[in-house]
Amino acid sequence: MTTQNIPDTAGDAIPDEMVTVQPPMVTGSEILIRTLEYEGVEVIFGHPGGAIITLYDELSRIQPSFKHILVRHEQGGTHAAEGYAKATGKVGVMLATSGPGATNTVTGIADAYMDSVPIVVITGQVPTHLIGNDAFQEADIVGITRTITKHNYLVRDVRDLSRVVREAFHIAQSGRPGPVLVDIPKDVLLAKAPLQIPERIEIRGYHVPMQPSKAKVQQAADMIMAASKPLLYVGGGCLFSGAAEELAELARKTQIPVTTTLHGIGAFPVTDELSLHMLGMHGTWYANQAVQHADLLIAVGARFDDRVTGKLESWAPHAKIIHMDIDPSCISKNVYVDCAVVGDVKMVLQELLPLVGKKDTSAWLGQITQWKQECPLDYDQDGLLRPQYILDLLWEKTKGDAVVITDVGQNQMWGAQFFKYVYPRTHITSGGLGTMGFSLPAAMGASFGQRTRPVVSINGDGGFLMNAQELGVISQYNLPVKIIIFNNNFLGMVRQWQELFHESRYSHTDLSGSNPDYVKLAEAFRIKGLYCENVADVQKTLDEAFAHDGPVLMEFKVVKEEMVFPMVPSGASTDEMITKRMTPDSFV
Amino acid sequence: MSTKTLTPQQIYRKKADGLPINPGDETLVQRHIISVLLENQSGSLNRVLNMFAARGFNLESVAVGETEDPSVSRLTLATSGNTKVIRQILRQLNRLVETLEVTDLNDADYVEREICLIRVRALAHQRSELRDTLEMFEGKVVDITPETLMFEVTGPTKKIKALIHVLGSYGVLDVARSGRVALARPLIHGD
Ligand SMILES: Cc1ncc(C[n+]2csc(CCOP(=O)(O)OP(=O)(O)O)c2C)c(N)n1
Repeated sequence: MTTQNIPDTAGDAIPDEMVTVQPPMVTGSEILIRTLEYEGVEVIFGHPGGAIITLYDELSRIQPSFKHILVRHEQGGTHAAEGYAKATGKVGVMLATSGPGATNTVTGIADAYMDSVPIVVITGQVPTHLIGNDAFQEADIVGITRTITKHNYLVRDVRDLSRVVREAFHIAQSGRPGPVLVDIPKDVLLAKAPLQIPERIEIRGYHVPMQPSKAKVQQAADMIMAASKPLLYVGGGCLFSGAAEELAELARKTQIPVTTTLHGIGAFPVTDELSLHMLGMHGTWYANQAVQHADLLIAVGARFDDRVTGKLESWAPHAKIIHMDIDPSCISKNVYVDCAVVGDVKMVLQELLPLVGKKDTSAWLGQITQWKQECPLDYDQDGLLRPQYILDLLWEKTKGDAVVITDVGQNQMWGAQFFKYVYPRTHITSGGLGTMGFSLPAAMGASFGQRTRPVVSINGDGGFLMNAQELGVISQYNLPVKIIIFNNNFLGMVRQWQELFHESRYSHTDLSGSNPDYVKLAEAFRIKGLYCENVADVQKTLDEAFAHDGPVLMEFKVVKEEMVFPMVPSGASTDEMITKRMTPDSFV
Repeated sequence: MSTKTLTPQQIYRKKADGLPINPGDETLVQRHIISVLLENQSGSLNRVLNMFAARGFNLESVAVGETEDPSVSRLTLATSGNTKVIRQILRQLNRLVETLEVTDLNDADYVEREICLIRVRALAHQRSELRDTLEMFEGKVVDITPETLMFEVTGPTKKIKALIHVLGSYGVLDVARSGRVALARPLIHGD
């Protein structure tokens, strides 16, 4: 146990030897604040309310070492915590009041759970003696979030508070990361206890596998050296463990090509010769071809999600599979794995590197080059304004040196396909849950987390409105977030499915009559707004936005019929990829 | 012991390679008894049960009680599934922060018991016959009314089911079962 040094306010110095160190009695609120400081928290997102009003009182009295950002909606705050965590690798923190405040965080928590994002959500609760009484603003948030948190706590005794908060941080960021919720009743925040922050934490039921088995690593090395058409299939786990360097070394040393999942983007430069970019439903045709022909798949922190594999039975039919992951429950969940290496991916790769050598994969790489030429990622260049073109120019402008946060839908897929990510932690998206309204608040969180790279938020016109209230925060702090809206006046991705699979019946996806003027919406928040509807003006618009010091919202009026291709229809086999829109000509 | 089952992907590959598909390759569902040592805290049991519900795992019976260490409780779960499902259940259980130890008792030799209270219609002339039956099942009479008897019986689930079946002809009025509890037998040297 350590005791925090509290400044001696009484004035007169007391000789050291006379002091028996008694931890001062403080409120639960102060214990919470001091523990957050102890954890090195730099910023927390929050929204006050009755159950935590005393905590806010303590925040203003104590003036802690971290910043508090008043968000405009608790969902926004939770996504902001995620954006902060994804951009920095640190734990994001969100604070909400009981009842509606707590339930508003649920979508963000579920999102963080699906995408393994380390966040700690602290909620207020009604006083202990009222729990279970349907008290005003009571919601059983611990029960509600039990299956969408890595772990959660209800703190009933102020003496447990500091330990619980420290455990929450430990669990959130170790092993496979995830969200942890700590629910604190109002009376616990008010109760007094000695300020003792436990130095060490031990959770007897919680073990993180780290060091991989030597025999398994050797087996993986042997399989790699024996394969003639190997492929690295890289997921988000590679980025969590900070293994991008080791991955690049492995790929270059063995000359094995690399494809990533949506969350693996950034783990390996898309500009590299060995990169096949993204695989899966909207991945490149050539990456999916490579999967279907490979004789060895080396999965690095990936989980064989159904958006990656399509119809499982016919996925990677010729490949043996090596699976490296820190979470044993991911292994052989969806596919049969020939060699499972459980451990921290960075450590696994470090152990693997000396065991493998240069391989001659030239025939395989030659085949891949041919596939790349046969069906590259492209789009019509017919003078109409298409989102892909805007992303091309955005890439030229930044050369990949930007943090790009996409929303969900078509914009997300184009954002993954056409911006060429070069660095880890520069691509942030809601992959697992697919939460519309994620981009803007997550971009705001990323912007609080880092200022070395410009932050770009990419949105559809539909999803943008789902958390547009956070423009308030962006404006208040003059955050230099560059907001892009691809306005196709449609819920674009749903429209695409309706066109392809529902005979173009556009049931409730047309927004043209009801969309706001997005530039005016920005201006209402005192944010600079730019409008662009011509191919010729895109460069100028981007230049003007990036030259501006603060936030800018750019509304691009884009072609509404544009589709995301290539595409493996849901539930179809990866071999059945559609590479372009079926026109009457396609059937000739 | 359950046989090893193949994933759909493996079966597909076997077919593609022209290999025969054996009956054991396809899904074979078996009952498993899983013993879990759990932090004895409010919410821990809920977390286990929620996990089963959220992931669609089958749960046939649950029995829970404190162990020799009051901070730890033992949970005995009866579930069923093919090899793949059971493996997922074990891993998902292990993943929970509050589980201290997870054992699939099917991997070892174990003792399984259940306790059951049965209230049965028992007219005067049927009582001696009923007592004989009860004796065979090593049960006890724990309550008597002019029309009914209440029995207590302990044993493996099979035995309890058999008794309930036999009593069916008299008229079973109420049944309360504890769910299985089980413990692995220690390995004897040389096993
Ligand atoms: C909260 C939420 N509701 C509904 C959906 C289903 N959904 C997925 S994509 C999409 C359309 C998104 O339209 P828009 O935001 O305009 O983006 P676009 O696809 O046009 O880029 C919808 C409704 C979702 N992913 N998230």
